[in-house]
Amino acid sequence: MSFSPNIVGFACQWCTYAGADLAGNLRCKYPPTVKLIKVPCSGRVKPEYVLQALAQGADGVLVGGCHFGDCHYKDGNYKTKHRMDLLTKLIADMGFDPRRLRLEWISGAEGQKFAKVITEFTEELIALGPNPLKKEEELINE
Amino acid sequence: MAKVGVYVCHCGSNIAGVIDVSAVRDFAESLPDVVIARKDLFMCSDSGQEMVKQDVRDGLVDRVVVAACTPRTHEPIFRAAIEKAGLNKYLFEMANIRDQASWVHGNDHEGATEKAKLVVASAVGKARHLQPLHDKFVDVTNAALVIGAGIGGISAALELANMGHKTYLVEKEPSIGGIMAQLDKTFPTNDCSACILTPMMVQAFNHPNIETLAYSEVADVDGYIGNFNVKVRQKQTYIDWKKCTGCGDCADKCPSKTPDLFNGSLSDRRAAYIMFPQAVPKKAVVDIEHCLNCAGRTIGTQPKINEKTGKAILAPCERACRAGAIDRSLPLDPGGTIKEIKVGSIVVTTGYQVMDKGWFKEMAPASPNVITALQLERLISATGPTGGKLLRPSDNEKPHTMTFVSCVGSRDVNFHTHCSRFCCMYMIKQARLLKEKYPDLVINMHFIDVRSAGKGYDEYYTGAREMGINFFKGKVGGLEILPGDQLRVLAYDMEAGQSIEYSSDLVILATAVELPPDATALAQKLGLQFCGNDFFRELHPKLGPVETAVAGLFIAGCCQGPKDIPDTVSQAKGAAAAAAVPLAQGRVKIEATISEIDSQKCSGCGICEPLCPYHAISMRDYTDRARGVIERHAVIEMSSCKGCGVCTSACPSAAIKLHGYEDEQIYAQIAALTA
Repeated sequence: MSFSPNIVGFACQWCTYAGADLAGNLRCKYPPTVKLIKVPCSGRVKPEYVLQALAQGADGVLVGGCHFGDCHYKDGNYKTKHRMDLLTKLIADMGFDPRRLRLEWISGAEGQKFAKVITEFTEELIALGPNPLKKEEELINE
Repeated sequence: MAKVGVYVCHCGSNIAGVIDVSAVRDFAESLPDVVIARKDLFMCSDSGQEMVKQDVRDGLVDRVVVAACTPRTHEPIFRAAIEKAGLNKYLFEMANIRDQASWVHGNDHEGATEKAKLVVASAVGKARHLQPLHDKFVDVTNAALVIGAGIGGISAALELANMGHKTYLVEKEPSIGGIMAQLDKTFPTNDCSACILTPMMVQAFNHPNIETLAYSEVADVDGYIGNFNVKVRQKQTYIDWKKCTGCGDCADKCPSKTPDLFNGSLSDRRAAYIMFPQAVPKKAVVDIEHCLNCAGRTIGTQPKINEKTGKAILAPCERACRAGAIDRSLPLDPGGTIKEIKVGSIVVTTGYQVMDKGWFKEMAPASPNVITALQLERLISATGPTGGKLLRPSDNEKPHTMTFVSCVGSRDVNFHTHCSRFCCMYMIKQARLLKEKYPDLVINMHFIDVRSAGKGYDEYYTGAREMGINFFKGKVGGLEILPGDQLRVLAYDMEAGQSIEYSSDLVILATAVELPPDATALAQKLGLQFCGNDFFRELHPKLGPVETAVAGLFIAGCCQGPKDIPDTVSQAKGAAAAAAVPLAQGRVKIEATISEIDSQKCSGCGICEPLCPYHAISMRDYTDRARGVIERHAVIEMSSCKGCGVCTSACPSAAIKLHGYEDEQIYAQIAALTA
């Protein structure tokens, strides 16, 4: 069976979650790899959540917020940007390909962009292969 | 142990056409703590909701998960349903398997079904950890503040006052009226601006529910919807307004001259002045920056005594004032006085400014005969520097040819990309008024295109064409100063497909509408945001045009974006109606999904405090009497918290909990999705 990556997505309820809903309204097509966890603001995404998802075997993590200047909570997305930039370095140190964490600004009007981002991210993760932790686990089980 | 009920919706064929609903239901039943899993053709229908309610009433479930469409539209419906059945409405979670699954994975039924299972597992994981929450209410101060008393602010204040709410109207200038008071006539009816505005100014000023604070600025704002504490700085007038009768004698005697900004700097005013003849309140102020301190009369000093007569030597303004309103011996504070007011809601109507011609080097700004359209308003106004006669500034001669240039700084990537919206119409108005008065005057107007959308506007424009006013489609590339204060106009006529060049006596620039520079400081005090084109940002461009991201704070008029008088008045009245809602309700709801700090866990590090975009977090000292020590904790003002969770994510002690999005709930979701 071909590898279908598992993506855990954190989406702010004002922009990216709404953009994902709009993708549905527009009947955009994208692979069923992403499952969203709704948060009020991308600034609610604790870096630990991303680490936890990767540690538990997620192949990729998406963090989605509003465009700069559009944050419903003024500047939560700027804080997200700082946190995720640092976190990207950290997960690289831990041995994960930093491309497994993707930060995207998708507005509530960008349904097509959401579909495009998921499609691209899925293709990228297929090229990267499964989460290395999962591979080790499988080897141990074998 | 939670008793979770899962209800999977077919949504007709919207979900069931792609996702194997029975398989999802079977899977849900196998999840921990799930006691019931059912499915229905339409969960949001009466029968679907009744199914959930019955299970709640029967005590079978105490947490509800509905797998259906999006919580953005349907969460309130199901929350209301379970609340009616007697369950706390926050013990509800939705799994989005339509908008984010069946609708987007129609080509992969198996994949969509597998995804739906995980999304349901995630919702169940969260639901197991949900806690009941309670909305809170706070009382509201029954008063409103309107900042900026142009036509928008006056309209909003009158609306609020007529609804019976105490309204403070703050204006930075000595008189209310704003830019509309500078206008000669208004399109498309050509009625005189002062004739329609001044009665409203008087009405607002005399309204029993309106307290006008002229020559004042907002110094500081804190608080939240329903209970804002506002500090208003009443600027120092150096004239006792209680005694001032507005006679203007002080201005007549004052020897100091400075450009009169009200007249677009086309004439001078004195340092002691009344802003304009119809000013409301009609009171004089001393512009201390331009005051010469005649007779050595600096503020707060005793007058010198004339040795011969033994009388005090007073400044001319003091001598002129028969009401005794000017006494320069008083030690008046140049900072003015601070007045503290409490209000429940705030309307911002601070208006705009037009760009200065100095920005446009290609438009010969050095020539006195190149003026902005607002300056032309003063030139043709009966109360203006020329008494309403069209005379060009360089030599006070009547021009024979005049030129209007549109979109100067608007629709221009170098300055502002937005359209200033009302320039086309006011230029046509000015041209029509001048053509009526001086039929021999040659008027050439240059437009990218004429934007005359509005009731009666296009008829007004076509009427202007019939009057013999020349319209050219195409931009003016530049102006050159010719001898004799003439200007050479270099333009392009798109309709003829050729360049045109002619000399003109007077050139009017319709410079772009923009926010005045002091708007930035006000925005910071209020928590207002800017949009891409640098006007104040509304909550939603279509459905929340007067609301802002700050609850209880509303915007209207040109500070939200360029608009003409009818649109400003409509929006101002809309903002007043919206601002009256919390005042009329008497109390406001505080959302339950906000952050709370566990003082037992808080180490007092203070990391969260600067992160809060609403300044809801403050550090407070507590005396622990038992241990005899002072402890520092962060405290959240629940009425200011909007529940973004930025602080929650940053707390190193995990002392901050965001209700509705708690750590253990999100970890449960992650665990379910990666199982």
